[in-house]
Amino acid sequence: MSKFGSAIFNRLVIIIPYAWLLVFFLIPFFIVFRISLSETAVAMPPYLPVFNWDDGLSGIFDGIRQFSIANYLWLTEDSLYINAYGSSLWIAGVSTLLTLMIAYPIAYAMAQAPGSIRPTLLMLVILPFWTSFLIRVYAWIAILKPEGLFNQLLLTLGLIDQPLIILNTNWAIYIGIVYSYLPFMVLPIYSALEKMDHSLTEAAQDLGCTPISAFWQVTFRLSMPGVIAGCMLVFIPAVGEFVIPDLLGGSETLMIGKTLWNEFNANRDWPVSSAVATILLLILVVPIMFFQQAQAKADSEGR
Amino acid sequence: MSRKIVAALSALLVAGSASFAFAQERVVNVYNWSDYIDASILEDFTKETGIKVVYDVFDSNEILETKLLAGSSGYDVVVPTADFLQRQIQAGAFQKLDKSKLPNISNMWDMVMERTAQYDPGNEYGLDYMWGTTGIGYNVAKTKAILGNDEAPTWDVIFKPEIAAKFKDCGIYLLDSPTDIVPTALLYLGLDPNSHNSDDLKKAEELLLSVRPNIRKFHSSEYINALANGDICLAVGWSGDILQSRDRAAEAKAGVEVNYVVPPQGAKMWFDMMAIPGDAPHVEEAHAFLNYLMKPEVIAKASDYVFYANGNKASQAFISKDVLDDPAVYPKPETIEKLFSFLPYDPKTQRVVTRLWTKVVTGQ
Repeated sequence: MSKFGSAIFNRLVIIIPYAWLLVFFLIPFFIVFRISLSETAVAMPPYLPVFNWDDGLSGIFDGIRQFSIANYLWLTEDSLYINAYGSSLWIAGVSTLLTLMIAYPIAYAMAQAPGSIRPTLLMLVILPFWTSFLIRVYAWIAILKPEGLFNQLLLTLGLIDQPLIILNTNWAIYIGIVYSYLPFMVLPIYSALEKMDHSLTEAAQDLGCTPISAFWQVTFRLSMPGVIAGCMLVFIPAVGEFVIPDLLGGSETLMIGKTLWNEFNANRDWPVSSAVATILLLILVVPIMFFQQAQAKADSEGR
Repeated sequence: MSRKIVAALSALLVAGSASFAFAQERVVNVYNWSDYIDASILEDFTKETGIKVVYDVFDSNEILETKLLAGSSGYDVVVPTADFLQRQIQAGAFQKLDKSKLPNISNMWDMVMERTAQYDPGNEYGLDYMWGTTGIGYNVAKTKAILGNDEAPTWDVIFKPEIAAKFKDCGIYLLDSPTDIVPTALLYLGLDPNSHNSDDLKKAEELLLSVRPNIRKFHSSEYINALANGDICLAVGWSGDILQSRDRAAEAKAGVEVNYVVPPQGAKMWFDMMAIPGDAPHVEEAHAFLNYLMKPEVIAKASDYVFYANGNKASQAFISKDVLDDPAVYPKPETIEKLFSFLPYDPKTQRVVTRLWTKVVTGQ
């Protein structure tokens, strides 16, 4: 290929991800954001203002003049929304921590395993994805219900004499999220650990580290990029999770996904639900941006 | 692996070209509730008219409404519940029916048509497919043991805390549907079930909050299995769902007997309405389909299959006796008088009711 051709090719390769983000993230986001500035109406689609394209620019300006932030103010008036955001963040945070605690040893064991069986282990981690997510969550209902497998097991072992009430509580949600998202945590940590040079831990031990402190000071630190990537892959979708709390959680579990559902479907208020979604996005994106900036700064200082 | 992908892709291509070939055929795209028709009716329709039925199902009015209001749903016949229909008519989602193409309309039941005209004056946009009630499903043996008599439960078992408390351990489920439970609570309080008055709604909220500690779960479908398995004693639910549960319990032969009652204080009556979206691509075929479903023997077959009463008077001569004589499906005339129709809330009241409901369900 000529030099000129490869330059064009390089440009194209860079454009593709940006174009993807533009078409599938930014444009949809602006549509949601625009709806969040409008108000409901009994119409198709069920909100105002609808731009009058026939009037050209003046029709568009008329539409824009009707925008208002009333929906965002509304979210601050009722504590329901703040509580829902709070409890979603809390549930996602606890679930992420639990997932990390379970995933790290798995990933560590996989990375320590002989190279010949690693592909098999990797396959086993991915294996659950071959069954529908929904069916796997339903299976947990059968396992966790009062007369379900888990309680039967504990009763038979004599560990309990009354069935534990797990289904329809927050514990069932934690179990559901940890189970469903575990591979997303294992894989990035594994790939970070696998690349690690083992002579580093040996060196640390030679220089007087106990195995435990060598693990924390060398292995764990070097696997941090994987840990962070895994935590984000679990935490971000868990905040907006709707299916797991709906099927496994109890009536009193308040999460932002359900609140969004209520606004959109029960109240038929697309503008308020768009405002809820926009705030959710900000809650997730802004800390990540700050984090990445700090990370980039640390990287450049380290070099 | 790659061979499989190629095979799958070529299967898709074949399917794609096949549907292209069918595009020349006459079709009608129907969007109805799940488990709501005897599939042989659709085959018979195609045999009789040559129109192919593309049948798709939904399980909540909200899903249907979202598709309708977003526009260009591609459906020719949809079946919203009447209060949803009313609002969707206002939003401009439907076209007026061409009654000259619907001669079988003469078979419809005036009692039902009068009530559905409350939502759609003159029944210009929609015709009743099935109707039912929101009442109490109960485990016969356990309820008898707790109440200490043979009488069917009344709303007291749900709304009187001291009686409901006796059922707490056995289990009570409520529909997760404010538009069913809130009007019923108002009815129990002796108020207008259609009240939009904030004092009345406040009273309903207080009643529901006092009842809440006795409720095991708010859910709109799990009660079918829970009742049939004998996991719970009572469920406030939709008539046809509880009758399905009754059948499942009987088939399982595990000694669980489920029954359904419209309490003597009255209950909500609801109507699922067939209508044609304004942007339906096959208007002619949609009318043919509606007209076919208003044939007495056809809709009788549907009622026999789904255990719901229909809005077609002439069909009652063809409905099997045990369905027609079952007061859980076709309530007695004196019970029908006690049934109320629920009219939709305006957006502001809807917001108040949704908020009230969130408070009842989550405690927040």
